[in-house]
Amino acid sequence: MADAAQKTKPKSSTGVSKSGAELLLDAFEEQGVEVIFGYPGGAVLPIYDALHQRDTIRHILMRHEQGALHAAEGYARSTGKVGVALVTSGPGATNAVTGLADALLDSIPIVCITGQVARAFIGTDAFQECDTTGITRSCTKHNYLVQSAAELSGVVHEAFHIARRGRPGPVLIDIPKDAQFEEAAYTSRENAKNRNCIVVPDVRSGDIDQAIDLMRYARRPVFYTGGGVINAGPDACAALRALARATGFPLTSTLMGLGAFPASDPQWLGMLGMHGSFEANNAMHDCDLMICVGARFDDRVTGRLDAFSPGSRKIHIDIDPSSVNKNVPVDLPIIGDAGAILSALNAEWSEREKKEKHDKSRIADWLSQVDGWRARASYSFENCDKRIKPQHAVQRLYELTRGKDVYVTTEVGQHQMWAAQHFHFDEPNRWMTSGGLGTMGYGLPAALGVQVAHPDALVIDIAGDASVQMTMQEMSAAVQHDLPIKIFILNNAYLGMVRQWQELLHGGRYSHSYSESLPDFVKLAEAYGGVGLRAETPAELDAKIEEMIAVKKPVLFDCVVTNEENVFPMIPSGAAHNEMLLGGKVTGDEISDEGRVLV
Amino acid sequence: MSTGQRQAAPSQSVYPVSPDQGAAAESIIAILVDNEPAVLSRVVGLFSARGYNIESLTVAETDVEKHTSRITVVTHGTTAKIDQIKAQLGRLVPVRRVIDVTAESDALERELALVKVSNEGDQRVESLRVADIFRARVIDTTGSSFVFEVTGAREKISAFIDLMKPLGLTEISRTGVLSIRRGAEND
Repeated sequence: MADAAQKTKPKSSTGVSKSGAELLLDAFEEQGVEVIFGYPGGAVLPIYDALHQRDTIRHILMRHEQGALHAAEGYARSTGKVGVALVTSGPGATNAVTGLADALLDSIPIVCITGQVARAFIGTDAFQECDTTGITRSCTKHNYLVQSAAELSGVVHEAFHIARRGRPGPVLIDIPKDAQFEEAAYTSRENAKNRNCIVVPDVRSGDIDQAIDLMRYARRPVFYTGGGVINAGPDACAALRALARATGFPLTSTLMGLGAFPASDPQWLGMLGMHGSFEANNAMHDCDLMICVGARFDDRVTGRLDAFSPGSRKIHIDIDPSSVNKNVPVDLPIIGDAGAILSALNAEWSEREKKEKHDKSRIADWLSQVDGWRARASYSFENCDKRIKPQHAVQRLYELTRGKDVYVTTEVGQHQMWAAQHFHFDEPNRWMTSGGLGTMGYGLPAALGVQVAHPDALVIDIAGDASVQMTMQEMSAAVQHDLPIKIFILNNAYLGMVRQWQELLHGGRYSHSYSESLPDFVKLAEAYGGVGLRAETPAELDAKIEEMIAVKKPVLFDCVVTNEENVFPMIPSGAAHNEMLLGGKVTGDEISDEGRVLV
Repeated sequence: MSTGQRQAAPSQSVYPVSPDQGAAAESIIAILVDNEPAVLSRVVGLFSARGYNIESLTVAETDVEKHTSRITVVTHGTTAKIDQIKAQLGRLVPVRRVIDVTAESDALERELALVKVSNEGDQRVESLRVADIFRARVIDTTGSSFVFEVTGAREKISAFIDLMKPLGLTEISRTGVLSIRRGAEND
């Protein structure tokens, strides 16, 4: 393959030569970057030196590169802007891989800068050298190995374009150390090579007509929305709300899409999928029209594929053509921006309303059936007045923080599902969780990134005792940068979700899922210079939560909960939406042999 | 899917084809890409990462001025799978266009093969006669061997190779498939 350096030689907009490191920061400034999450090292020292000399960009020193990427993700998801991370070569880059993969699966716009050994040393197994672009090729949307300072600023502009445009994702730029010193002219965003690399098609009126035809004549319709609506921006969320109100159709959402539609709305069915609500999953199974917006028929959502919503026609609105027909064949795919398509649907719906009113009696039976499912109250649990139930803890946390400017992140596991079930969101960009990759250790650094973007907000990481220890070191970063994040640990002394699956699938043999030697989280918080709180009984829970909210420092809240609580309802792996377990005693034969091999 | 054995519920969908259904067939996909570092690795990496199969692969720069290369891949799968491969390829940043050559009936396909036979006596005469039928050229010869150069569609090359097997075939080198559209229009 030919060398791309020549082709990408930028048209210089100014005659002034600057070092590659300065050019990088110039390009960041032009792209509107306010904050970088990073960790210095040998191969990025010139960039850190340039950062030191300007105060336009804030740098947050993390304690691990994975934390830097998750913090950038939290920043990006809570603001809708591109998150930026800066790490060194070799181990810096490999530590960043988890965060990149996480951002790819959850479609989060990230630009990650990695240092690389000097060009002459590439391929010689130099100190802290690794094949960064090779390693990250499959966990980024795109990546670059910068060949010269001359192409650097142009590459940065293209990277931001790619990270934002279409289905967002992480883009990595690997910059050799000598290119950071090398001098070249700056290429402005306007003059940067603008490859038309991500095409978002315009809305086609034929698609809209067909969709509205299906919607007007449906008897059992349901909206199934995902993170794509949130990624499409506040206008898309507003258009979704308007369309839902106009049609009166019930609406469910994936884990990633919570907040796009208000949870307080009577049309809201709750989350769907493996630990989704009974009404949402049954509505999905029995519907005759599914309108999927910005979701991708993930296996956590569909359950058994060959029994997935057998009686429905499916409309799939997505910006990514590869998401269509990937897992589930659909009848009407509409490729494009969710906001534009939803607005067009709204316009066409009201146009038809003028000619002939939508016959609401068509869906009356359906809505009463949905209410019947809702009456099962599938999120209910048996409370206890001696020990704190984890669901109760999340409910109290929700009630006591209502009306405040709250952002919630989570780690991964049981606590994540309880948070999704019992903490409710009325606005988008308020809920940050690792949905696709399922990264334990995501929540604490993500909360930190959210707090940087929203210094006065109440940012809570709902965590588990196991997950939180994976990135616990970032407490130190929170204290250093005065970021008063609240880490609310549901401490059951187990790897809870692993234990639950062992109970369901492996005869209750709890192989290595008990957390021995847990740290004293209160003392640990104090050791970091934060505040530690502990609640052990339901009686003291509220007061302790109030205390946590009042503290303007990072808090580790050790909420000691019952040990062997399971997350219900649950679609066992290999089962269909209408085969949910609703809780109670588990016998151990709920899961088929086929289901056993599924994750 | 391990659950495929269970009785599937009847589908009301207009297109009731699940991704795993339908006959798998060979498909030729031409990918026009920006010729930049690692572009081939991105394409090949996508095939391996998503469990698609590459049966043959041909790649070279085709437009020096525009720095574009043409990668031609022969793969195997159901229609749904081929559609998915094309969509995934389309997401790669340096990919300009993805052409499903098999789906376009007006596409030409050619492959070149070098075929070495080692034989004596009547077999030498017979191998030359077969080569003549296939319009294969002799590009190297010794007292006991020939190297033939043969071009054509894959079926023709494979037929030639089959006929050469009993005539002392010892080694084959094939380029993989090339394709181009018939007529005045360009891809």
